[in-house]
Amino acid sequence: MTDWLATILIVLPLAAALIVWLLPLADRTAGSLALLAALVEIGVWINAVTRFDFGVSGPQFDQQHSWFGDLGVSYHVGLYGFSLWLVGMSVVVLGAAIAYAFWTGRPRPRAYFGLMLFLTGAVVGVFSSLDLLLFYVFFEAMLIPLYVLVGVWGGAGRLTATLKFVIYTMAGSLLMLAAIVAFGLTEGTFDLASGTTSDNDLIFLGFVAAFAVKAPLFPFHGWLPDAYRESSAEVAAVLSGVVSKAAGFGFLFIAIPHFPQPAHDLQWLVLALAAAGLVYGSLVAFRAPDVRGVIAYSSLAQMSLVTIGLFALNTLGTTGAVLQMVNHGLLSASLFLLAGVIERRATTGDFALLGGMARGRPALATVLMTAGVIALAVPGSTAFAGEFLILAGVFNQGWGWAVAGALGIVLAAMYMLRLISAVLHGQVGSAVPDEALDLRPAELAVVVPLVALLLALSAWPAAVTDHLTF
Amino acid sequence: MPTPNVDWFALSPSLALLGASALCLLGAVFVPAAARKLFSASVAALGFAGAGVMAGWLFADTHRATGEVADAITRDRWGAFAQILVAGAGLLAVGVSYGQRTRADHVGEYYALLTASAAGMAFLVQASDLMTLFLGLEWFSICLYILCAIEIDAVSSLEAGLKYLVVGSFGSAVLLYGLALVYGATGELKFGAIADAIQAQGLENDGLVLAGLALIIAGLGFKASAAPFHMWTPDVYEGAPTPVTSFMSAATKTVALVLAFRVLVTAFPAESDVWELGIAVIACVSLAWGNIAALVQRNLKRMLAYSSISHAGFMLIAVAADSELGAKALLYYLVPYGAASLGAFGVVAARERELGERVTLDNIAGMGWERPLLGVSMWAFMLAFAGLPLTGGFVGKFYVFAAAYDAGMWWLVIVGVIATAVSLYYYLAVVRSMYMRMPELEVRLAPVGGSPPREALLQSTVLACTAVTIGAFFAVQPLIDLAEKAAAQLPL
Repeated sequence: MTDWLATILIVLPLAAALIVWLLPLADRTAGSLALLAALVEIGVWINAVTRFDFGVSGPQFDQQHSWFGDLGVSYHVGLYGFSLWLVGMSVVVLGAAIAYAFWTGRPRPRAYFGLMLFLTGAVVGVFSSLDLLLFYVFFEAMLIPLYVLVGVWGGAGRLTATLKFVIYTMAGSLLMLAAIVAFGLTEGTFDLASGTTSDNDLIFLGFVAAFAVKAPLFPFHGWLPDAYRESSAEVAAVLSGVVSKAAGFGFLFIAIPHFPQPAHDLQWLVLALAAAGLVYGSLVAFRAPDVRGVIAYSSLAQMSLVTIGLFALNTLGTTGAVLQMVNHGLLSASLFLLAGVIERRATTGDFALLGGMARGRPALATVLMTAGVIALAVPGSTAFAGEFLILAGVFNQGWGWAVAGALGIVLAAMYMLRLISAVLHGQVGSAVPDEALDLRPAELAVVVPLVALLLALSAWPAAVTDHLTF
Repeated sequence: MPTPNVDWFALSPSLALLGASALCLLGAVFVPAAARKLFSASVAALGFAGAGVMAGWLFADTHRATGEVADAITRDRWGAFAQILVAGAGLLAVGVSYGQRTRADHVGEYYALLTASAAGMAFLVQASDLMTLFLGLEWFSICLYILCAIEIDAVSSLEAGLKYLVVGSFGSAVLLYGLALVYGATGELKFGAIADAIQAQGLENDGLVLAGLALIIAGLGFKASAAPFHMWTPDVYEGAPTPVTSFMSAATKTVALVLAFRVLVTAFPAESDVWELGIAVIACVSLAWGNIAALVQRNLKRMLAYSSISHAGFMLIAVAADSELGAKALLYYLVPYGAASLGAFGVVAARERELGERVTLDNIAGMGWERPLLGVSMWAFMLAFAGLPLTGGFVGKFYVFAAAYDAGMWWLVIVGVIATAVSLYYYLAVVRSMYMRMPELEVRLAPVGGSPPREALLQSTVLACTAVTIGAFFAVQPLIDLAEKAAAQLPL
């Protein structure tokens, strides 16, 4: 049973997706079934945590079956301590997204929830893959449901947004495919648990290209503003919260350990891109005219910060980066869902038309304040712990990088506070109707668990940082 | 002159199809008009099924390659694998054809020609002699010329038939000239003997042999619709009746590429440096031309035609690799490609019959939601063409790239990767149209009043194509094992 846990985590949502697609269910039944599946998935993950032995390194719950033997490709899955936390964050965020969509009500629910479940399976697959080609399969499989989720249920500019998203992503991914072919055939195996390493800078850059687009890093972020603005709130939450972490996982699990020499030689390049992205993203977030713009560009900045931590190439930076990935996943998901909540009430996320929403809406104000304050990494918060570890880690590599990182954190305070005050405080905005309700119980049920998890992590960040195995 | 010993078993796939063809022709005369369509379609389907079974048996029972019928044909698994593909494509093409409103006085001949052309293809892939090569090629080509023009009421169909006839004959002439030059230089007809003669007489750099080789590659390039020999493809694919197009796109390409690989590795191993480079260049040109031209197409059949040119490019990468891995990659690639291609044209046929007009990106708007099965299947086919995971198209591309890299042609991998990135634009345009756009004007369905015919047969055909396209992704090992056994019987 224990051996099967990683496989179950992947297959369960996929099977649920098939059921939702194929059975002629009523609309509400389809949604409830999807939500149930998402909750069961979270349950399975909790079960996995309790069974996980944090005392030993190496993959656990691993399973390997040959897929095509002549090239040495296999279905090999398993979880490390760090990937366990990424999986947990993902299933929680996707569960929240499904619940939010269920409550909001989306047209063509069977197609919609099936795609969300499929996405869940693909994401978990990415974080559990121990074979390079399998990783690529799941990495690409994430794109298929996302393409439809944005393209069908998105806003007015969704067609342009999906086109940009797909073309950027695939350009990066295909370079990675070429790199995978080269790496696998040169090393004679596609297995990631075997510890093969390569010194080839070009192959390394092929992987970096894919992850730099997915994260995204500056200047590969051209798809980001459109995709985050045009998709529905819960899809944006998943995109920025979960999908971007596939890039962090890729850096951490593939690009750095399997290419130690290139990663060391080209460290400056990735760090420079990440530092530029951090400052640039933070500055644009500060000037963004709407709620989603702030969150979108802050996501760019945060993923840059995570990349800085990973390319510190030391334990401190890596630990901080993993913690920050979990933090940012939960944070940006809560913020995007709250953005959706605000847009439902005011029909817009434009700061010029918003304001004064705190008055008479204590729950909204409290939840948004809490999430926002954690996002700006107030001391004592889990984001502070993550960012501190990252800065401490990268400080060893050169104080200049740490300065850029610290600058980004200062800017984070500016744009988050601007967002909070523009939405909650000041004059009541022209788009905010007086009868706009406070958070409904269903909305609370979706967002509060995310924020509560953040608070729990703030109280005990060591839950993650002391339980990382590689 | 002594009569050669004839191995009827080795010829059985071709014979089964010829038999079915003859029965269909008889049926066109003797079966009453009302039952003719059902009769000939069933006979053709049985013929394809029988040919497939015989080819499978041949595959299982052939433990080493042998020359049969005075060495005019080779009995080996390489040919048998291609015959299975041709038979499968034919069977599915019958499913696509059945609902087509063919003229009742043509329907017997239609299926007769379909099976006869497949018989020619099954014969061609076994060819081991310049004469049988040309015979097989012309055999199936002439049947296809007529099939393209079979809807004599439609100008486009006639035009397609004529164009295919003119350009195809030109291609055949080029090929024949090449064969003549090679024969002239070496004095041999058999592939193996040509290779030996080149070796023995030191003809590696002989101008005649090289010119002949170039012309042979060009002639086969016409049939495989590889650029720059592809000019006929978009017009013929567009004008021909869609079921014919579906069969051509899957089967013709299969036999042309499988045979090209066989000729090149058995007859011209000494010239491998030359033709590997030549094929690689043709592959690049096909990838570039096919993809760029497909970007601007609105007509779905034309778009798929250009896409088939670019896929010829991908498969030629595997040929250019000139290795066992390349051979396996080619055979594997053909399975999901053939299924996706047939299926995609099947979906086009379904839409065509609903609307009674040409299918464009505009009039498939919203189709995915109206026709869930066809929509999802088209999704799968487009993903397979684009080489995205969960379809066999992905594994096919992976194998092709692996073969190219393994052969030291890393630059072909880069070209292939760029081509794939470009191709996403137009493959996803189909999906975008089907799911993300709503019909701007109410699309008028052809049979006024009531919903269009359900066409259970066409739908199950499309479903079968989807099953193969996706199944190939999961069943890589069994397929590759078969391809490996087939490739092992080529002199690589």
